[in-house]
Amino acid sequence: MEYLFRAENISKAYTGHKALTNVSIQVPAGGIFGLLGPNGAGKTTLIRIINQIIAPDEGFLFYGNEKLKPEHVHRIGYLPEERGLYKKMKVGEQAMYLAQLKGVPAHKSKKLLKEWFEKFDLMPWWNKKVEELSKGMAQKVQFIITVLHKPDLLIFDEPFSGFDPINVNLLKQEILKLRDEGATIIFSTHNMGSVEELCDHIALINKSEKILDGNVRDIKKEFSTNIYQLELANLKQPIEQLLDHRFELIRSGAHNGLMTARVKIAAGTNSNELLQLFLPTAHVVSFLELTPSMNDIFIKTVTGKYPQESSEYEISESANDCLAE
Amino acid sequence: MNKITTIIKREYLSRVKKRSFIVMTILGPILLAALMIGPALIAVMSDTDYEVAIVDDTHMFYDAFSDTRNVKYTHLQTDIDSALELMRNGKFDAVLHIPEIAFQAPSSLRLFSLKSVNFNAKSHMESVLKNEYESLKLTIAGIDPEVLMAVETRININAVRMDKDGLEKTDYPEVSMGLGFVSGLLIYMFIFLFGSQVLRGVLEEKTSRIVEIIVSSVKPFQLMMGKVIGIGLVGLTQFLIWVVLTFAIVGGVRTAFPKLFQFTPTEQVHITASQSLNAEELQRQMETVQMQNTTAGQILEGLQAINFPVMILSFLFYFIGGYLLYAALFAAIGSAVDNEADTQQFMLPVTIPLLFSIVMMQTIIQNPSGPVAFWLSIIPLTSPVIMMIRIPFGVPFIDLAISAVLLVLGFIFTTWLAAKIYRTGILMYGKKIDYAELWKWIKYR
Repeated sequence: MEYLFRAENISKAYTGHKALTNVSIQVPAGGIFGLLGPNGAGKTTLIRIINQIIAPDEGFLFYGNEKLKPEHVHRIGYLPEERGLYKKMKVGEQAMYLAQLKGVPAHKSKKLLKEWFEKFDLMPWWNKKVEELSKGMAQKVQFIITVLHKPDLLIFDEPFSGFDPINVNLLKQEILKLRDEGATIIFSTHNMGSVEELCDHIALINKSEKILDGNVRDIKKEFSTNIYQLELANLKQPIEQLLDHRFELIRSGAHNGLMTARVKIAAGTNSNELLQLFLPTAHVVSFLELTPSMNDIFIKTVTGKYPQESSEYEISESANDCLAE
Repeated sequence: MNKITTIIKREYLSRVKKRSFIVMTILGPILLAALMIGPALIAVMSDTDYEVAIVDDTHMFYDAFSDTRNVKYTHLQTDIDSALELMRNGKFDAVLHIPEIAFQAPSSLRLFSLKSVNFNAKSHMESVLKNEYESLKLTIAGIDPEVLMAVETRININAVRMDKDGLEKTDYPEVSMGLGFVSGLLIYMFIFLFGSQVLRGVLEEKTSRIVEIIVSSVKPFQLMMGKVIGIGLVGLTQFLIWVVLTFAIVGGVRTAFPKLFQFTPTEQVHITASQSLNAEELQRQMETVQMQNTTAGQILEGLQAINFPVMILSFLFYFIGGYLLYAALFAAIGSAVDNEADTQQFMLPVTIPLLFSIVMMQTIIQNPSGPVAFWLSIIPLTSPVIMMIRIPFGVPFIDLAISAVLLVLGFIFTTWLAAKIYRTGILMYGKKIDYAELWKWIKYR
């Protein structure tokens, strides 16, 4: 696979604590890469190192096939989590200033900015001061500044915080569009819903170390629990009697005349075999595999166990609707 | 390099375009010029002719009074009542009555007027009469007034400073003092004013959280230096506009109203008892005129003795050097704290050397070549203010060279130090910072 960005064996220590220990990530070109981890895990430190804001104590960074150099900042767009603008400066003027610092000359940035401002309905605010903008509008301006110089690598740190659902959607569409146009995106977030929706690859960092990484689909497969959920009508026999040693009943219950059962299948057993057990004795209304959500995987990897009681509705958002209590 | 120019441009323009900057830049010179023109203007305004009628019943003082620039005397041969009548009709502003007993009883002298008395005219008359009384009394006592005049001597020592080659030039310590005081104070003011602007600017970037966006495009050092240089240029701009505008206003007023700045000797002195002008008399009169001239003339002459190119160049050098030295420290403070209230604990050690320089001004002025002056003008933290006080008095080249080199090294050092604190500080939020913490930041790679 072709990688746009690689960090190899990065370590960074501050006095008293380690922010990153021997962390390596590979960001494939042209995809969305999720950088996940609890607060204080070292995500922001890693992102700052990628942006060359701070230098690592150890390790190497590569942009494409070259070592990361100061000139590469022009090819990177970065939207920090804690972000602001000069309050007293005019919106347009400020956007042009920040674009200029990214190497876009004034005459060019003005034209580009006008296009983006039109798209985001910000044009009437061009000559207003930033302090007159609402938080959402200021966020849009920051987003525009991040992508204006058409970087190959975009880094978004919690991009959706502070946006209303309509603008979150708008932003998602723009991010996906940028990816389709060939940009590579590193996406740092706690919002697991958006990870599942957007990310192709992830790396999970906890307590300064990378504890998980890879393709989202592969990870999900790796974390599959082999638990299936059945909804049954007209069951003629107790479930316990039907199941043999290959199957383990996790829980069962009745609701609205329907019987719900969760069954774990032993390794090497096909899920069809489970279905065949029930077909003669009951009407199988639904049958689905309960795959862990990224949220579950996140919690499992960080804490060592799946979220407990809450698992009813957390196990899978899609399964949630079918669950009968 | 291109980016640092972009930053300097923004820092400069965003401040120069501010209304407060424009107002200060225009008001400053107007206030300064008003201070220079005001007194002259006030003197002229009270300069309307003051008409005084003299009724001298003794007939002894008729010749004593002669018109001055703004007091006109008229001798009336009438009695006092008709003179007062004339005054009531507006012919005169005041009537001086010298009754017959006046010589024996000077307290019987009266000055009548409808409005309050012109103070200058009154003191002029008093001094004329005093002279007359004294010379009359001397004559009665048998002493020739001329003898007394010959005895009277005025002393004014001319200070002469010799340089190594034995060339001598007249020294004007008063002028040097004034000039040193003003330029020292100006440097102090500018460092403080624009240094704290740097602090506030850095703090603004940190608290508004724009700093992380910017440092992903430029190096923290570039951002810091851009701000320091940009604000420094604002200071220079303001200073230069002030100088130019002040001189323009003063010059303009001077050409428009040349009378304002003419030197006018105070009127009390000319009057002498005898009418004949002998040699001694002449000498005396010239001396008096010279004495009159001392303040104005000495300032002019003293200013001519000051080496202005050196003065201006060193002012610019110490302004820039001192500003860079302190601005870097202010930037470091701004980056280390989260809000303006927290700046206090770090501000104090930085401002103490500056305040100390101001406190030491008096001592330095009294002994501008002494060891205290020497050392304080060498140490970079105090040298900008102290050296500017010393320069008008003349400073050996070697002192100037050491001080300049140390100042340059000084601001390179503070900038290096500040950059280390700055790059960590600007990204550090919500942490109480103490000196131990700053020391750690300095040691980071």
